Amino acid sequence: MEVLKIATAGSVDDGKSTLIGRLLYDTKSLTDDKLEAIEKTSKKKGYDYLDFSLATDGLVAEREQGITIDVAHIYFSTASKSYIIADTPGHVEYTRNMVTGASTSQAAIILIDARKGVIEQTNRHFFINNLLRIKDVIVAINKMDLIDFSEEKYNSIKADFEELMSKRDYQDQKITFIPVSALKGDNVVNRSESMTWYKGQTLLEHLEELDRKDIFNVGTPRFPVQYVIRPKTEEFHDFRGFAGKVYGGELSVGDEVVVLPSMTRSKIKDIYFYDKKYKKATRRSSVTITLEDEVNVSRGDMLVKAGDLPTIDKQFTATISWMDSQKLTTGSKYVLQHGVNKVLAKVDRIHHKIQPDYSGIDAETDALGMNDIAQVSFKLNKPIFYDAFKNHRTNGSFILIDSHTNATAGVGFIN
Amino acid sequence: METTIIDTPTKTEGLPKLKINALESEAIYILREVAAQFEKPVLLFSGGKDSITLVRLAQKAFYPAKIPFPLMHIDTGHNFPETIEFRDRLVKELGLELIIRNVQDSIDEGKVVEESGKYASRNMLQTTTLLDAIEEFKFDACIGGARRDEEKARAKERIFSVRDDFGQWDEKNQRPELFDMLNGEIEMGQNVRVFPISNWTELDVWSYIEKEDIEIPSIYFAHKRNVFLRDGMIWSAEDEVVFRADDELVEERTVRFRTVGDMSCTAAVFSHADTIDKVVAEIRESKISERGARIDDKRSEAAMEKRKQQGYF
Ligand SMILES: Nc1nc2c(ncn2[C@@H]2O[C@H](COP(=O)(O)OP(=O)(O)O)[C@@H](O)[C@H]2O)c(=O)[nH]1
Repeated sequence: MEVLKIATAGSVDDGKSTLIGRLLYDTKSLTDDKLEAIEKTSKKKGYDYLDFSLATDGLVAEREQGITIDVAHIYFSTASKSYIIADTPGHVEYTRNMVTGASTSQAAIILIDARKGVIEQTNRHFFINNLLRIKDVIVAINKMDLIDFSEEKYNSIKADFEELMSKRDYQDQKITFIPVSALKGDNVVNRSESMTWYKGQTLLEHLEELDRKDIFNVGTPRFPVQYVIRPKTEEFHDFRGFAGKVYGGELSVGDEVVVLPSMTRSKIKDIYFYDKKYKKATRRSSVTITLEDEVNVSRGDMLVKAGDLPTIDKQFTATISWMDSQKLTTGSKYVLQHGVNKVLAKVDRIHHKIQPDYSGIDAETDALGMNDIAQVSFKLNKPIFYDAFKNHRTNGSFILIDSHTNATAGVGFIN
Repeated sequence: METTIIDTPTKTEGLPKLKINALESEAIYILREVAAQFEKPVLLFSGGKDSITLVRLAQKAFYPAKIPFPLMHIDTGHNFPETIEFRDRLVKELGLELIIRNVQDSIDEGKVVEESGKYASRNMLQTTTLLDAIEEFKFDACIGGARRDEEKARAKERIFSVRDDFGQWDEKNQRPELFDMLNGEIEMGQNVRVFPISNWTELDVWSYIEKEDIEIPSIYFAHKRNVFLRDGMIWSAEDEVVFRADDELVEERTVRFRTVGDMSCTAAVFSHADTIDKVVAEIRESKISERGARIDDKRSEAAMEKRKQQGYF
């Protein structure tokens, strides 16, 4: 069984919750007691239809205000796949949640209200999914029932969106358009009888057939050491195991490796997963590696294949998505967490703020507020070992931690 | 040496081949982050299937070393005897350190007042005992077995979830969790609740128990028990902690439990699933969500969120 994690984006009332609820309902993923609760509440509110949005809106405040305010995870499966949907809110002020949801997703659904067409919000949703290099984006044009299922109007919205696509940075991103009615169930799981002009797949059909290549597993192998295992028992007296996850490619017993930052060379002796030894480790498996030589390795160090070194540097430029109410300013200092490695970082220069709507207006600034996106240069107290984000998702991203509040204040994608 | 390529990617980030391996690697990664980032972690152990699964994952995370943190059980005094017997045996077999703190002591010290009446339960009272124990041992990370699919408020929970000095959860001010990176930086007095199996579903846990051949308490399997029915739910009549009115008739039925919380608020289901594969098959077919069998959530729609804000597991 495979797992597909999907991020959703849409403005308030575009029908995101309804769409997710509809997916759950039509795939028979709602349990009887949940269904009953939805029926009861819908009736109480005087609706003559089922309010599926109740299936996902979890927090009391959300129910009171009828909005989604934080990322929620919803789980369902079909015979062939397990799905996790990150339900991320689409308000202007919540770019942060969208970036968060998208950071762990393989695909994204962008919702458009067919009555409104492509609006400024749509540009932002697309911009962020493109910035995060989500491989598959599905543009669901919703509420088709409210525009008489008009093919003409659908095509005109599609054309507007295609204009955006020409401006995107990551051109290889695959975009698929689907006309749907989340409320009535058209083209979500079941084919629409009102839109026979649409010959493409339904949303679920499309998800079921998405390209299987794991976008988190591209690039060359990087093995950040999380924890050093030293049992100090009689049986494992000299055992020094380096615990971590393999990101990108694979590592094999006998591979010549370099330990960063010491640049010491050694060979992989054994790869353990629990009490068994394996020849190879791949695909983000949590293994324990031992080396042929006695090498000094501690948390935050990285094992890489000899001849395949990342950039080792104390300064770099990255695209920053700021997530904190405290502003980021030139000269301010943060704890920079790159994988499991922590260093101190100073903001050297904010180059310019990027308007995340393809308007092309990049403003000079010396401070970033919540939801701002900008090009920023940093200086570090110690070198880190990184790749460009476009070549390596894990080794090309980092978070900034405010050392006064400990908040995760921003995320960066290294150029 | 095994020749197969190990294939255990992380689930939250994409498209692994085998879901259960992915979930396992993700949980192991989280447990290792806990051991590396915190000074005094503890694994909250209830004796239920989720915390038993956590123990197995912790064994795997640190092999061949021992699990580098103790287990702690907040004992309501109303546990199924099978659970307690199982707990003690597991701890002994694996050579683990177990801390027990009793809700009864909190009651005796006058810190909490026992509920009374038909729906009386010690479930809520556990919070006080738990927070006191965290303070007593100065735990800075408490590992729990909660899953996001259990309940709507849980669906918003982070993997590292910061609690303030009063153990409270501020759901509107949670740290974003990006990619794999877990930020465990906290102030003195704060602690982090850690949920390594956040992304597992009930079926995933059962499938894992089956695949790993993990032993679990016998009450999870179908057995004959004296029960009575109330509000469409099945209650054990074999212990006095479950309130029963005189007109609620006792009958012997074949039942099993899907969760093993406090006896006073855990209902049984009719079932003939007496082996793990039958249980897995049953869960697969099941149409009642797991928490449907827990009376404490039925009290109100916002029940879980309220309890969590106060510092519940
Ligand atoms: N007519 C129609 N109404 C819809 C459709 N999808 C959603 N709605 C309605 O639009 C409103 C907002 O939907 P909701 O799912 O709560 O939007 P969200 O804020 O994006 O989660 C609700 O009243 C829905 O019933 C649709 O396909 N057709």
